[in-house]
Amino acid sequence: MLILRCPYCGVETDETDLQGGGQAHLKREGPGSSDDDFEDYLFMRENPKGVHFERWRHVYGCGKWFLAARCTNTLEVFGTYPAQTLEPPQEIKDKITAKRPGWSWGTFQ
Amino acid sequence: MSNAVSALQGKIAPGEVTIREAGLRGMIILRGDLSDKKLRKVCADITGVKMPDRGQANCDGDKGLCWMSPDELLVLVPYPEAAQAVGQLDAALAGQHYLAENVSDARALLIVEGTFCREVIAKLAPVDLHPDAFKPGDFRRTRLGQVAAAFWMRDEDTFEVICFRSVAGYTFDLLAASAKAGAVGHLG
Repeated sequence: MLILRCPYCGVETDETDLQGGGQAHLKREGPGSSDDDFEDYLFMRENPKGVHFERWRHVYGCGKWFLAARCTNTLEVFGTYPAQTLEPPQEIKDKITAKRPGWSWGTFQ
Repeated sequence: MSNAVSALQGKIAPGEVTIREAGLRGMIILRGDLSDKKLRKVCADITGVKMPDRGQANCDGDKGLCWMSPDELLVLVPYPEAAQAVGQLDAALAGQHYLAENVSDARALLIVEGTFCREVIAKLAPVDLHPDAFKPGDFRRTRLGQVAAAFWMRDEDTFEVICFRSVAGYTFDLLAASAKAGAVGHLG
């Protein structure tokens, strides 16, 4: 069972209380973008075995979206953080680096 | 005007842990900036209790304030006072970005009372209900079985549970079945 901490409520809760929202940190390509960029935004997703960043919604609780950094291989959770950010906070990155030296994901490392 | 009736009209499932539908209760959803002074003052005026911290509920009898999310409160008042309380909120918060809505008739309130009431709830919700982790005053919005619900502890032997009126029957039966099945003994 995947247990995540909602950064808004401050409670630990499991996936039955949550709703998955797919990959985090997508950059939306809107009007004026090239077809290639738009296609990437719409269809191309990371599918790592290891460090991954995801969107989750505390759907039965506060209803807010948050982001989670976890390992798809071991289900280890490195941390969760509010969704109002373009990249993972340094503190989360440090935690990942401590456990998975040399990790990279998209443009983050 | 028709008489308002509660979802289950006071239905009771007696036992070592008793499940009881508590009848009508005034409930107001208030969304806005919870740190706003005007909002805090009008909430205190209406309910007479202090603003709850994150994940807490401050209740006194039929009145109370429950923390629903970083921008949402549930204001509890006696049923006949709900419309007036919304009026008070509207008057105090006019011109600000807020929402106050009387949802009393969309909800049901159930009371779970008895020695192992923690376990009755723990079997149904993905929440740590160990006495060290969940105490009177704590408030949790989550699910019970298959439906959304929220609960808090009035005291060590009593939970108050709110759910949508349309699923009051399901929630009542679920709690009654959980109570009837008895204690598990994991939270001792």
